[in-house]
Amino acid sequence: MASHANTSAAQPAILNEVNPTPFPRATLVENNRSFGWVTDKICGIIEGKTPTWWWVCFILACCVASFTVVGIIYLVSTGVGVWGHANPVNWAWDIVNFVFWIGIGHAGTLISAILCLLRQKWRTSINRAAEAMTIFAVVCAGIFPVFHVGRVWFAWYLFPIPNSNAIWQNYRSPLEWDVFAVSTYGTVSVLFWYVGLLPDLAILRDRFFKAGNKVRSFCYGFFALGWRGSNRHWSNYEMAYLILAGISTPLVLSVHTIVSFDFAVSLLPGWHTTIFPPYFVAGAIFSGFGMVLTLMLPLRAIYGMQDLITQYHIDCMCKIVLATGTIVGYAYGMEFFIAWYGANPNEGFAFINRAFGHYAWAYWIMISCNVITPQFFWFKKVRENTALVWILSIFVNVGMWFERFVIIVTSLARDFLPSSWGYYSPSIVEIFTFFGTFGVFSVLFLLFIRFLPVMPMAEIKSVMPQADVHGKDHH
Amino acid sequence: MSAKPYGLIATFDTTPSVYHAAEQVRDAGYKNWDCITPFPIHGLDKAMGLKRSNVPKFSLCGGLLGFTTGMSLIFYTSYINYPLVVGGKPYFSPLFAFPVSYELTILFTAFATIGGMFFLNGLPMHYHPVLKSDKILSGMDDKFHIVIESADPKFNLALTKALLEKAGGKDIQELEA
Repeated sequence: MASHANTSAAQPAILNEVNPTPFPRATLVENNRSFGWVTDKICGIIEGKTPTWWWVCFILACCVASFTVVGIIYLVSTGVGVWGHANPVNWAWDIVNFVFWIGIGHAGTLISAILCLLRQKWRTSINRAAEAMTIFAVVCAGIFPVFHVGRVWFAWYLFPIPNSNAIWQNYRSPLEWDVFAVSTYGTVSVLFWYVGLLPDLAILRDRFFKAGNKVRSFCYGFFALGWRGSNRHWSNYEMAYLILAGISTPLVLSVHTIVSFDFAVSLLPGWHTTIFPPYFVAGAIFSGFGMVLTLMLPLRAIYGMQDLITQYHIDCMCKIVLATGTIVGYAYGMEFFIAWYGANPNEGFAFINRAFGHYAWAYWIMISCNVITPQFFWFKKVRENTALVWILSIFVNVGMWFERFVIIVTSLARDFLPSSWGYYSPSIVEIFTFFGTFGVFSVLFLLFIRFLPVMPMAEIKSVMPQADVHGKDHH
Repeated sequence: MSAKPYGLIATFDTTPSVYHAAEQVRDAGYKNWDCITPFPIHGLDKAMGLKRSNVPKFSLCGGLLGFTTGMSLIFYTSYINYPLVVGGKPYFSPLFAFPVSYELTILFTAFATIGGMFFLNGLPMHYHPVLKSDKILSGMDDKFHIVIESADPKFNLALTKALLEKAGGKDIQELEA
């Protein structure tokens, strides 16, 4: 805005009288670093020798990931009965894990899209890693619905491909909506991520060329598509980025809304509630930011990125966790209130049963992790203690897994017919398959931090004070 | 250099300097020229006299196509090709067709936006005189460059060089075509 620079002349006279305290903007890159420092710091991670800890983590992650591989091979070769599902609990860990992983992904899109539209400049240093987290979380999430169909070689029936039976998908079903929502979400996340990577791949192309590493220069250059930093290109690029942010915002809200429809559109007490869409979206963002903190804090410590992920960034993330966690807590309370106020005995029973029935242990783990944990973030002392923030972020992840478990399993285990009531416990195959997805996620994330820039250099540079064409001091 | 150069490239150290230089090149009436910057500089489009990007037109077409695809896919499959009563519901209603059409709107918009951006930028283009120059390394890192092409009708080696010098450009070089 042109008027921005000469605000001192246009200020209302009242400001001179009341003399407000100047409210300085937080610096996003500390210690007055230069553009060149940002490039060297972030490219240095890729150009340097592979650290020993990386190999240790990578091999460990591969071992963990093998649990999922073996679990799935066993499932496919034997049948879906190797999971602990039985009437009336026919959806259990598979869907719990699916919703858990999809929810984690949502923070990445929130950071890259919604915070971009809201001009939250602090998002720049965390958005690349958060978007990577989104994509890898969607990969882990996708495993479960695909394999829970049992005969996975028929999974293509989910898509509108003409088949020999000549019947089509039932588009009245929220499960079919989910197929489109999740596949669109995965695709758009990859596209958004790739567009963001483009200028950074070009930097790596030129740096590896200068260093004489022709092979890596070719690889990065191939995907950089000949990006040359032309401002005529930036003009279109910025517009495309803005539009992608604009469409990703309704996308991310719709994906978890549709995931919640999988439950809310059914008639089961405990699922059939209108609060589900906003409650699921808030929960997804809550869990996603928990995971962002879990991933970024070690990354920041290992690579010495305190100047790029400052205390201000951690504060912002903690506050979002606090806000969304409180929304989730409110939703838990409101569910109970409506169950009582609605005066439907089945609905009332479902909620009393959740808190005091056979699965009360899961319910109280959920409440303590999701409602009590984030309240610590009210305190500045807590937010400034990175180790404590990291531990609390783990609690958030655990709590959000239990939230999905409580919603899905407690409602199914006590359905309408008392004669069919049951108690569900997972089988060892289920446990191993889920455990392994953390390995799958870690393998992908470790490859990402080794071979791709973990932060968007171009975006960070554009929010540094030197990037301002009117000089440093007008802000 | 015997062949006609592609153009001239001048280096600038700071964001304000390239911004003010771009204003001068624009006011001198050049058309075939460009700024090479490591990040999008806020306000440089205006300083270069660029018009608003045409990417949104592609996005709009993509979005409309996506919504129509979703609605017609569901209408065709559940009303025309194989009508089937499920739960006593109508064969077709825009209400239950909406979520899928909504997702396809977003999917097609994303592809159209990115495709449109690449099309307008003429990418992928792996060979370009600017990429051959040594300056691209600093141009991606922390320096700013202005390139004026010899294809510009106003291009004159001596005069253009003088303009870039006057605008504060350093280390002015000819770009090999």
